[in-house]
Amino acid sequence: MADNGDDDAQYRIKGGDYVVLKRGDIFKAVQIQPKKKVIFEKQWFFLDNAVDHLYSTTFEIVSGGVLQPKKLKDAESSTDTKEAGTDNRNIVDDGKSQKLTRDDIETLKEQGLKGQEIIQQLIDNSSTFKDKTEYAQDKYIKKKKKKYENTVTILKPSCRILAMMYHGREPGKICHLRYDTLAQMLTLANIHAGSKVLVFETCAGLVLGAVMERMGGYGSVIQMYPGGGPVRAGVESFGFPAHFHDMLHEFPICHVNALLAGTLDTTAKEPSADSKQSNVAEEKEKQNQPEAEQQGSPEEQNMETNSGADDLEKEQKEKRKEAKAQEKKVKLEEKRKKLAAAAALLEGRNADGLVIASRFHPCPVLMGLLKFLAPSRPFVVYSQYKEPLIECYTKLKEQGGTISLRLTDTWLRHYQVLPNRTHPLLLMSGGGGYVLSGTTVAMDRSKSAGSQRAEEPAPKRLKLTDTEG
Amino acid sequence: MSFVEYSDFIQDGDVAIVYLGHDSMMPVKVQKGAQTQTRYGVIRHSTDLIGQRYGSKVTCSKGGWVHVLHPTPELWTVTLPHRTQILYTTDIATITMMLELKPGSVVCESGTGSGSLSHAILRTIAPTGHLHTVEFHQQRAEKAAEEFKEHRVDHLVTVRNQDVCKDGFGVTGVADAVFLDIPSPWEAVRHAKAAMKKQGGRVCSFSPCIEQVQRTCEALADQGFEEISTVEVLLRVHDVRNVSLPLPDFGPDPSSQTESDAAAAEKAPPNHASVTIKTTTPPREIPGHTGYLTFATKPRT
Repeated sequence: MADNGDDDAQYRIKGGDYVVLKRGDIFKAVQIQPKKKVIFEKQWFFLDNAVDHLYSTTFEIVSGGVLQPKKLKDAESSTDTKEAGTDNRNIVDDGKSQKLTRDDIETLKEQGLKGQEIIQQLIDNSSTFKDKTEYAQDKYIKKKKKKYENTVTILKPSCRILAMMYHGREPGKICHLRYDTLAQMLTLANIHAGSKVLVFETCAGLVLGAVMERMGGYGSVIQMYPGGGPVRAGVESFGFPAHFHDMLHEFPICHVNALLAGTLDTTAKEPSADSKQSNVAEEKEKQNQPEAEQQGSPEEQNMETNSGADDLEKEQKEKRKEAKAQEKKVKLEEKRKKLAAAAALLEGRNADGLVIASRFHPCPVLMGLLKFLAPSRPFVVYSQYKEPLIECYTKLKEQGGTISLRLTDTWLRHYQVLPNRTHPLLLMSGGGGYVLSGTTVAMDRSKSAGSQRAEEPAPKRLKLTDTEG
Repeated sequence: MSFVEYSDFIQDGDVAIVYLGHDSMMPVKVQKGAQTQTRYGVIRHSTDLIGQRYGSKVTCSKGGWVHVLHPTPELWTVTLPHRTQILYTTDIATITMMLELKPGSVVCESGTGSGSLSHAILRTIAPTGHLHTVEFHQQRAEKAAEEFKEHRVDHLVTVRNQDVCKDGFGVTGVADAVFLDIPSPWEAVRHAKAAMKKQGGRVCSFSPCIEQVQRTCEALADQGFEEISTVEVLLRVHDVRNVSLPLPDFGPDPSSQTESDAAAAEKAPPNHASVTIKTTTPPREIPGHTGYLTFATKPRT
């Protein structure tokens, strides 16, 4: 089956790719870098050999930390002639049934025995193995495989895999958002290509990446962020193509009130010392630059009396200073442009969706950002805890302008499905977080005739305190 | 309006969702000159709907009012006319993520049923993906095709009236994902495999009965699928309520009596008959089971 190079390009592992390592149910996101040692499940190895293989290939870690593609499973040791017992009434668990010691096993490992072979050794040296029932033998082998296998599968990242990884490895980083809860949020918010979505999250970029994946590079995503800058480490792990980043904008929430009031100024200013005052932060910085340049001149004049070599050094220093100042100017201009672009997208107050998932109290975040949504558009708010969402619900009911408010959580249960051994597994309950979802409607300005809800006084305007960065 | 793209104003020919109140909605085919009856009165399409903004409040003839919403697959799921038992948003959301659906995905689905999942898939794979959906009941297949056209998503979907267990999906080697919601999914597993890209893909089977799940898992393993996993997802709704809890009266407390009994009596907290708490309560009955979702990955073949 000759591989068509072009077709497969997107299915092949390339240097620099962001991938996910997998063994059993353990995942880890890493980037393929040449000669970089990676640690995964207590083993060190290099990923260099993975390049040019296909995604989802399983590798064996051989001595030296080198990856070798695993040969397809050879016929499993024949099961028909396996001796087995019928029940465990005569099996005594005295801890002595395995004849190999830890040292023995270590020796086998050092000799380079493969996982499969070690397991066979363990079986051969177990006095009780042949007395176990077939099912118990299966279970035993599965358990040993988990312990002694030294394989790793390299996967292409996806929302599903990364969400499971984060929840298993570092749930604290994602506010304990379970992957099925994330799935609910993406669907309830009707995330789809071509829409304009606002995201406020402190989940290491997982939620942002998930939204971007579902938009496929079409439309726009505006990340509202607290503090100095947007946190997006998790987005990299998705390995999106470069053009996806063109649809991603960011806007600092410290400017939200100004934007809503219409007082946010994002126009370019003349870089002269006597520019007018404005309330854009970068303006102040620009004003500082001409001063810095002027400082150079008197210094230069002093140095003219010194030797020529010093002059040359001074000149070079000046040039570097200028170059730096120029760089800074360019960077600030870029920043201003980005801010202006994001503000332009937000000003129209016609966003198509809002997703909130953070450690911040969701109430003020929601009340503030809802204003940017067009009518008849969905929003979802995630919280690890129920009470803050109860507050949101209450406030929204008071304020009006939203319908179909629902506070939910999901209950996820895995099953083991094997002949005569089918049953649910450990229950993952309660740990998934809560979601408040709803739809915006045109805000009711006039008194409603025959209203279905009690007349209420104009809701108290709550002071939107600056959220901590 | 389309189910895969938002628009701002209601137009003739749109399908809009009329929201009447808590958990009460209905779909409306917007037509010039037409009228729709609601419990609050009549909605006249030409004056009340066409040209209005989605999300607007519409006052009906009897004086009551409703809101008109832009359709979404989620709203469609709770308002569509049932021809079969349907999948609800909770399962749909899980399926969408676990099958890794996204713009550009090619998906095969059987049976189409009432089109609840189909609309959600179309929304997710638009604008560059495609859905091949198979339904062995002729009228249902035709109705589904009609609806896709009305909802302006027909360019993204192909409906085939055939038996997936016998004739497969009608395409081979193109699907990123396959979804099965049929009585005997194990019979369709090999067709699912054939429909999927040789580079691999994801499959999901939905079955209400555990016996079906067992047979399907066996078939998947036989066909070389990996990462076979069965889950169940249930939604718990929390209704926000103000609850009043009465406080017991154990009589005046002797230990707190001081010299000025009168003053103490006045100062004592007025007889709070009850405390109000804001909390949530579960609904009286919750859906306890819809079906088991079995996922698996097809390796490269």
